[in-house]
Amino acid sequence: MLELKALSKHFGGVRAVDGLDLHVRQGEVFGLIGPNGSGKSTVVNLVCGLFPATAGQVLLRGEDITGLASHVRVARGVTRTFQNIRLFGQLSVWQNLWVAQNSTEHRSEGILRRWLGGPGRAREEIDRILEFSDLSGKRDELAGNLAFGEQRRLELARAIVAKPVLLLLDEPAAGMNAEEIDQLDARIRKLKQDGLTVLLIEHHMELVMAVTDRIAVLNFGQKIAEGTPDEVQTNRLVQEAYLGVAEAA
Amino acid sequence: MDFYLGLAQIVGVHTLLGLSAYCVLLTGQVSLAQAGFFAIGAYVAAMLTVLAGWHIVPALAAASLVAGATACAVGFPALRVRGLMLVVATLAFGEAVRLFFFNFDYQVAKGEVKIGPAGGEGFRQIRFFPENGWSTLDVLVFIWVFVALVMTALWWMDRSRAGAVLRAVGEDEVAAQSAGINVTAVKVSAMTVGGFIAGLGGGIFAHYTAHIEHAQFGVALATFAIAYPILGGLSSVFGTLIAVVFVQAFLIEGLRFLGDWRNLLFGGLILFAMNVRPRGLIDAATIAAVKRMRIRNREPGNARTQGAE
Repeated sequence: MLELKALSKHFGGVRAVDGLDLHVRQGEVFGLIGPNGSGKSTVVNLVCGLFPATAGQVLLRGEDITGLASHVRVARGVTRTFQNIRLFGQLSVWQNLWVAQNSTEHRSEGILRRWLGGPGRAREEIDRILEFSDLSGKRDELAGNLAFGEQRRLELARAIVAKPVLLLLDEPAAGMNAEEIDQLDARIRKLKQDGLTVLLIEHHMELVMAVTDRIAVLNFGQKIAEGTPDEVQTNRLVQEAYLGVAEAA
Repeated sequence: MDFYLGLAQIVGVHTLLGLSAYCVLLTGQVSLAQAGFFAIGAYVAAMLTVLAGWHIVPALAAASLVAGATACAVGFPALRVRGLMLVVATLAFGEAVRLFFFNFDYQVAKGEVKIGPAGGEGFRQIRFFPENGWSTLDVLVFIWVFVALVMTALWWMDRSRAGAVLRAVGEDEVAAQSAGINVTAVKVSAMTVGGFIAGLGGGIFAHYTAHIEHAQFGVALATFAIAYPILGGLSSVFGTLIAVVFVQAFLIEGLRFLGDWRNLLFGGLILFAMNVRPRGLIDAATIAAVKRMRIRNREPGNARTQGAE
């Protein structure tokens, strides 16, 4: 599904991502973990095209998408959420989804209906996703007035409404309480069931270990380990990266 | 009476100017180029009626298209820069247009007089309305038909997906592109539509003032253009209209008796209005309140409707 080949991103002298090779398979939930500043968010930004790679390639279903603009990648099926929530606060909940809606039925409506028509057929699909996100009661509320947890759910909904094949979640559990994390866990599983491939970046280890099929660990922009959650947990390099090396040992 | 008719004409044309900036502001761009597009519309429409003998309606259509095409061409390079840099870039464009017309001399002999734009002296004798016997009232109605058309079109657009997309881009470009929106295309489209509307306003302006010159299209006009939608609020096209009435009728004409003190008060009142209503005279909360009021009035158990039965 997603393949990164020797992907690098340098900011001045800082090698945020340094020759990363990664292969996310179709239909799996892939975790990307690592200490703060290890380059996880940069990987997401490179995959979704927010800024250009210094070197290397991003392949989606075998096709090179490295040079494509962000919105073109969305059309190809790569959507994301942000670590710091970025909603359209002055738009209503349902408008937030409307602008991102990208379904094939919607595209066939013709340019005038698509841009200048009312909600029309878009409505049913949006209502379905609002229900999935437990936001049905808030559809006409301004997004900026939602509670924190609701904003996180809306951002996930906005990423889903564009009908992605690959979903990039950048710390979706940050700031959530235990109950909300459980709901997020269930939602990710449901999306996986529906055939979506998910790249999950998260600090909340309980969630990562529970929900992912495989995990890669980054440190200083390089991959130091990869494997199933069990394999990664017992990896000595990973423990050192997180806990530091015991000098005397 | 003529005073009020004249005032209503000014309000109409300035509403078009304000709405042109409204389109661009929705996408979060502050453009000082609107006076430039307005000037292009004015000169193109006037030259077509005076020199080519066109009727005013096709002349206005052509003026809008030329101004819109210019806006589109300017939009691509200009919208690569943001914030203050965009303000400077569009300001430079507006001044370039003004200076172009300052030097633009294209006079044709018609009988004994020479007509057409004469550089710094301006373009006199734009006499389509008097030549065709239109009264001040006719002109006023003509202007407001266009204002109504543009306002209806923009009001419609505001409620469509296009309106939501423009606002999304205005709020957060990064989020917008991550939601699959082609941000450049949206911004250039908004600029083009804005240029089109400014060109229409300029074309009408040229014909009711009958005399245009470069000095009318300077920074002051560009500032007014963005002041209207900012003052009126970006939640509804009606905000811009109300702001134009507030500025032109109340601040400029209504306070004329104050003499030189007017200018001082003018700035002060705009500051006051923006402090009291930071999101504009008509903001999202106002619209929500109006909607609630309408719904309440429709409910059967409502005291007011019961009283009416």
